[in-house]
Amino acid sequence: MEVTTKSMPYEAWKDNEYIEKLVKELQDNGTNVVVGSLDKLINWGRSNSIWPLTFATSCCGIEFVSLGAARFDMARFGWEVARSSPRQADFIMVAGTIVHRMAPVLRRLYDQLAEPKYVIACGACAVSGGPFKKSYHVVMGCDQIIPVDVYLPGCPPRPEAMIYSIMQLSRKMKVERFFGVVNRKEKQEDFLKAHPISEC
Amino acid sequence: MFDFSAVTTWIHDFLSSFLPGWLTVTAECVLIGVCLLLAYTVLALFYIYYERKVCAFFQCRIGPNRVGPLGLLQSVADAIKMLIKELISLNHIDKFLFALAPYLVILASMLAFAVLPWGNGLQIIDFNIGIFFLIAVSSIGVLGILLAGWSSNNKFTLIGALRSGAQMVSYELSIGLSVLTMVCFAGTMSVGGIVEAQRDLWFIVSGHIPAIIAFIIYLIAGTAETNRGPFDLPEAESELTAGYHTEYSGIHFGFFYLAEYLNLFIVSGVATLLFFGGWMPLHIPGWEGFNTIMDYIPSVLWFIGKAIAISFIIIWFKWTFPRLRIDQMLALEWKYLLPINLCNLVLMVLIIVYGIHL
Amino acid sequence: MADIKEKISRLFPEATFEDGETLLVTIPDAKWHEMAKTLRDDEDLKFDFLVTIVGMDWVETLGAIYYLTSTTHNTHISVKVTTTDRVNPMLHSVADLWAIATIFEREVYDFFGIIFINNPDMRRLFLSIDWKGFPLRKDYDASPETNPVPTDNERQSDFTDTYVELPDGKIEKRQERVFQEDDFVVNIGPQHPATHGVLRFRTAVDGETIKKIDVYMGYIHRGIEKICEQLTYPQTLHFMDRMDYFSAHPYHHCLCMTIEQAAGIEISRRAQVIRVLMDELSRIASHCLFIGTYCMDLGATTMLFYTLRVREQILDIMERTCGARMTFNYECIGGVMQDLDVNFVKDVKELLAVLPANIKEYNKIFTGNVIAKNRLEGVGVLSNEDARSWSITGPSGRASGWACDVRKTDPYSIYGELDFKEIIRHEGDSMARFKVRMEEMEQSAHIIEQLIDNIPEGEICVKVPKVLKLPKGHWFRTVEGCRGTFGVYLESDGTVNPYRLKLVPPCLPLAAVVDHITRGEKIADLITIGGSMDYIVPDMDR
Repeated sequence: MEVTTKSMPYEAWKDNEYIEKLVKELQDNGTNVVVGSLDKLINWGRSNSIWPLTFATSCCGIEFVSLGAARFDMARFGWEVARSSPRQADFIMVAGTIVHRMAPVLRRLYDQLAEPKYVIACGACAVSGGPFKKSYHVVMGCDQIIPVDVYLPGCPPRPEAMIYSIMQLSRKMKVERFFGVVNRKEKQEDFLKAHPISEC
Repeated sequence: MFDFSAVTTWIHDFLSSFLPGWLTVTAECVLIGVCLLLAYTVLALFYIYYERKVCAFFQCRIGPNRVGPLGLLQSVADAIKMLIKELISLNHIDKFLFALAPYLVILASMLAFAVLPWGNGLQIIDFNIGIFFLIAVSSIGVLGILLAGWSSNNKFTLIGALRSGAQMVSYELSIGLSVLTMVCFAGTMSVGGIVEAQRDLWFIVSGHIPAIIAFIIYLIAGTAETNRGPFDLPEAESELTAGYHTEYSGIHFGFFYLAEYLNLFIVSGVATLLFFGGWMPLHIPGWEGFNTIMDYIPSVLWFIGKAIAISFIIIWFKWTFPRLRIDQMLALEWKYLLPINLCNLVLMVLIIVYGIHL
Repeated sequence: MADIKEKISRLFPEATFEDGETLLVTIPDAKWHEMAKTLRDDEDLKFDFLVTIVGMDWVETLGAIYYLTSTTHNTHISVKVTTTDRVNPMLHSVADLWAIATIFEREVYDFFGIIFINNPDMRRLFLSIDWKGFPLRKDYDASPETNPVPTDNERQSDFTDTYVELPDGKIEKRQERVFQEDDFVVNIGPQHPATHGVLRFRTAVDGETIKKIDVYMGYIHRGIEKICEQLTYPQTLHFMDRMDYFSAHPYHHCLCMTIEQAAGIEISRRAQVIRVLMDELSRIASHCLFIGTYCMDLGATTMLFYTLRVREQILDIMERTCGARMTFNYECIGGVMQDLDVNFVKDVKELLAVLPANIKEYNKIFTGNVIAKNRLEGVGVLSNEDARSWSITGPSGRASGWACDVRKTDPYSIYGELDFKEIIRHEGDSMARFKVRMEEMEQSAHIIEQLIDNIPEGEICVKVPKVLKLPKGHWFRTVEGCRGTFGVYLESDGTVNPYRLKLVPPCLPLAAVVDHITRGEKIADLITIGGSMDYIVPDMDR
């Protein structure tokens, strides 16, 4: 099964091994026809309606604004409904550096998102700390706080790269299960158990 | 002009031929309910798509074009996603009221559907105080918004809800008065009667000056009633994150989202009814040939087409104007619209009394 | 400068002097407050603009250097106050003389642990309340174990610390409430669409009216100043892109000029012209984005898309020359990295051709709109005196009638030869701040027009030693960034790394003043005022 989006040839994608592994896992588990087609419908809806949370800490956020503007126009894909309330958004684009003081806030935002929720670590800072690797106050990669689905390098990544990353996310959504086995959620729960945060 | 009452009568006769009377009524109610829900969903999805496209058009963008042909399935995908999104249960909230609020909002717009003149003979209920009923049920919406804001136990939603309360209560006056102006002119509160009175000329033409003033005021107040820009203070993104529905997720948020667009349709629909003849085709006295051609276009299309055209103006407002501040918004209503409206009502009465209308 | 020196030495015989580009006065802490008062109030001195306070750790002493400017005489002075106590260092505050000193002193306290006596608010500014140690001290333990990534929500105090000097000379620590007990406090930020980044306002409101705002910063504090101390001079440059990402070129320009001045490097005329061209292009791009986001905050979303069109065009020009859309790292020590793109002149001319029509369109859509007028006019009025006292520079300061454009007051590079007008308005309200930026775009375009046909030939980058060592000493330079006066304080101990690199962001005062001018306004006006200040959070947090 080749997972791709409209007018993108399968060969154009970069990390197909990962998706193929996911697909294989799915096929090994097997499913019946009704549940399978329901899953397909749900995944079609989900992967085509990815609403971002308006979240930006620094430079990458400005490129995210450009992404919404006429030149790049993320509305074409239906991503332009940027919600300010985490309850209504589908994914966080961690656009910018995460520092110690921001870490609990980001975690809280992630917890406030409604399932299914996804994270894109956007830019070198969010991926690994980037140019601020030596700093005393920067979290070296937001994957220390929240589970990340797509890593997007760049400082800041170009809007085209952002489009690519959200398309990759959409591809990931296409090979998910809503009924029966949930392949991603368990990993996510493992992560959250390993990175506890106290209730307030 | 095709009269839809032929169809409805046929269905009624058909059902009552083999069902007892009470069952016929029940079956018809269910049938109407299903149709209504269907129309509701389709219209809402269309409106979401429509607004996104129109707004893209204003902003020199393309808008949705990847999901389905021309992006037409975009809002369907959104709806499917919203349906299966998690409903977050919050601590420290009034759970019952929190869950009730979105249904109240939906209910208000749903009830208003009952009296809209969809087409010739295609009206769910046409009783002698139709307009009155419309104004009454559309006020239920504000209750839902107030409940949503208050029960969420969140300061932003509370401020949003209180703003919304102040706004709706104020602007309902303007809506009521401008509707009253037109009711005076029509001489009836029955929706069917109002449409019938515009058989030869739409009220916006025959009522000339006071009708135009009433229309402008209605449009402003209607925009405010639907909480749309420049009156979108209750959900002002840059001030209150998402306003009164900040804490809602999944389909509950979806209800608010749908209701917002449906209210837009209802406001446009009522404007169509009061000023542009409802489902009545464009008739120009004396141009018999033209009028006959116009009659060939189905009445449903006339109504929905006109409503969408008026919605376009309201969407245009939203994407052009900056937002008002709460005190300015209230000042606009109480200091300007209300006095103008009252004078306009008097003017309308004078025009009717002296017969200076077309 | 001689008169100032003479006058000060007459009044304060304890003061010692050190000549340089700016006069450096050293004064014992006991006399400092008195001298500060004289410096500010004396008719011949009138140092009413506190540019910055540079906290310093010279290992055996801790101290602060105050950079002051007289806006009437256009003179500069710097004052050094030190203490030898490393455990409990204390200096006297000047928060009662310059309003902005409250924030500047908090910053010094946060980084160096120097307590300022009589400052009404001695909380940490950028770091959390439980942070251990003072990061910019030379003996700071930077290991991640001391300060691990917090997993809990941040502890928060409702009290401010104040150190008051009693009449008998003893210092007493007092605590005062930030808000009244029955205040309705709304937390706006750090994740909020209106704060333009991760800034946090705790806002006490009475209905819709704002009573008080407590500003929390540091949600994007990345410790650039400390990192720079471990890097070589060319390596420090790229952080300038990541502070105020719209003023990347002017900031680079400033640091390059400081290092070049210290190293005694003369750069070619061609490089200077290119730098100025880039500065002005980025100013137009920055103001475009300001107008767009500001209108979007006010609800007129469509404006954003119109202004971004022009910005994209400028970014295209820059991309062809610098190779990036935002973080250019273009200016380097000795000139610029690459030569201009072959089509640069043509592209810029195309931009200049479409710009006037675009500005006209913006005015048509927004400036003349009756709702916009009602929302902006008379909202958030900042008086001229307050602007000076709060060190509000840049377009926001000029909207309050203060001629603070560094390009005019201290012309650097080739600005002295150029013909352009400094836009000054006197209303001081949000509308004035908006209009100043609108008109500045025209002036920037005018500067570019003068230069675009006369880019001289020559080398773009002079030869600079591979390993750049600066002589011992300290330098301070300011330039006009897109949002105000950006300054760099550089102290060198003769090695390849800077001993201290203090960056003076214009946005810190812009955010600090929000509390002062929003009191009594509506919540919606917080967005109007905050937006019109146009602060960039990563810039103030560094």
